Amino acid sequence: MTDKFEKEPADATPPVSKEASSSAAAASVAPEAIKAIPVRHWGRYVSAVIVLALVGLLVNAFATADKIQWSAVGDYVFDDTVLKGAGRTLLISVLAMIMGVVLGVILAVMRLSKNPVTSWVAWVYIWFFRGTPVYVQLLLWFNLALIFPMLNLGPIYKDEMVDVMTPFMAALLGLGLNEAAYMAEICRAGLLAVDEGQTEASHALGMSHAKTLRRIVIPQAMRVIVPPTGNEFINMLKTSSLVYAVTYNELLRATSTIGSTSYAVMEMLFVACIWYLVMTSVFSVFQFYLERRFARGSSRNLPPTPWQKIRVNMMAFSRERGNTA
Amino acid sequence: MTAMVKSEGVHKSFGPVEVLKGIDLEVKQGEVFCLIGPSGSGKSTFLRCINHLEKINAGRLYVDGQLVGYRQKGDKLYELKDSEVALQRRDIGMVFQRFNLFPHMTALENVMEAPVQVKGASRAQARERAGELLEKVGLADKAKNYPSQLSGGQQQRVAIARALAMDPKLMLFDEPTSALDPELVGDVLDVMRDLAESGMTMVVVTHEMGFAREVGDSLVFMDGGVVVESGNPRDVLTNPQHERTQAFLSKVL
Repeated sequence: MTDKFEKEPADATPPVSKEASSSAAAASVAPEAIKAIPVRHWGRYVSAVIVLALVGLLVNAFATADKIQWSAVGDYVFDDTVLKGAGRTLLISVLAMIMGVVLGVILAVMRLSKNPVTSWVAWVYIWFFRGTPVYVQLLLWFNLALIFPMLNLGPIYKDEMVDVMTPFMAALLGLGLNEAAYMAEICRAGLLAVDEGQTEASHALGMSHAKTLRRIVIPQAMRVIVPPTGNEFINMLKTSSLVYAVTYNELLRATSTIGSTSYAVMEMLFVACIWYLVMTSVFSVFQFYLERRFARGSSRNLPPTPWQKIRVNMMAFSRERGNTA
Repeated sequence: MTAMVKSEGVHKSFGPVEVLKGIDLEVKQGEVFCLIGPSGSGKSTFLRCINHLEKINAGRLYVDGQLVGYRQKGDKLYELKDSEVALQRRDIGMVFQRFNLFPHMTALENVMEAPVQVKGASRAQARERAGELLEKVGLADKAKNYPSQLSGGQQQRVAIARALAMDPKLMLFDEPTSALDPELVGDVLDVMRDLAESGMTMVVVTHEMGFAREVGDSLVFMDGGVVVESGNPRDVLTNPQHERTQAFLSKVL
């Protein structure tokens, strides 16, 4: 599809330009091309030099600092404990995000429903979880056993709270329930962004409320929902470092533990930075393709992927050379 | 002849504004019924009442002998469940002024959607039928295009094909050519003309007086929420009896 669209203008241009040039030649002699001396932007040169100098100084400071043991950074990047920590960071982020998205969609639909009770409950939930810091919420879950020593769900489940509220559970609930409040607002904005005519057209065809929502409204809302959700996930990867407080052994806690025993505190923080950067960068690429998928139909041509850009550039290059030869 | 649509004293208000002030009319089976009138006269609102996109406040509205949106037992009215309303709407096709195609689906998928989702047709069956319908509206080669890649006139013809895919017994057109470039109006009207010739019952809100005169079997002129004048389109358009109709037609013709 996109290939077909990209090719058309390329094929169509040569004849048009030929006609234009021949008619111009017939009317008058081609004007002389302008050869002027461009304006020199001295300010740009000066600022570039200053910025480069400052960057050089900064790099130099880190590279030559005797106290930084760069070898330790290299040694520990692929250390087992660190890798396990990074894995846990990824795990808790993904699980909390899934929880956030699922609950967020439910809350958004509740908030938009005509039932005043569900709408009000969703509003209060969002009000509480957006109005208090995640850090505090994590500690609340972690210390829940202080006020509810037993978790008693009637005939379904009964256990000691300390056994249920492990560091993992506290981290998951703290991050996931907080995320749900933010996701609810994102989803609500997405659902409201879909034109009412779409719902009407769907209803006029005899589709039920549920089918209209699932087949017509939500797929279109996704275009609005996906980009901020990607940002939320990248934020989540970093916010998950707060679960340090509930003793869940994720990346930051794993590196810090090594740091405090080996006295390479800063070096281990660098290691943590490297892994956070790797995870956020990889996901950013993934997000690009996801956004592209949901942009279907909203624009006439999808933005090219980096790979397609390269291919088009290569083809244009070889065509130019072919023409001049 | 039986009445496909029967309206008895239909009233509709939006808050304090009364848009329809008692509409009485009858659309016969197989006829092309045109509604004309100035904007704000309530003609589009009335059309939307026919498939219950708007709830009426008073009166009775029947499609094919069935009360729209309600069930009557004795002298009590019961609101229909959403699923029952959806069942009624299956047989009533609607074409909107702003097309309202589903932008995330290709033309073909737009036409296939309702038969698959509502009637439970197999995808292969629905695809074949959708292909036929797109060919009927002259867009067989655009089946794989998304709505944003089609012109307004093409989008509106896909919208007509989409409505026809449910095999409706009644088609509602809400100013189908008002959002189109003048050049593209003809293609859409041609499709509607073919449809009329095939015997479809059509209620058309329109500003195309030429279409009304040529294709219409009945015509109603509405103003201020009431029916001012009705009759054979050729008579009403060439020889309007009511003063208000004369004033309106002198401006548009």
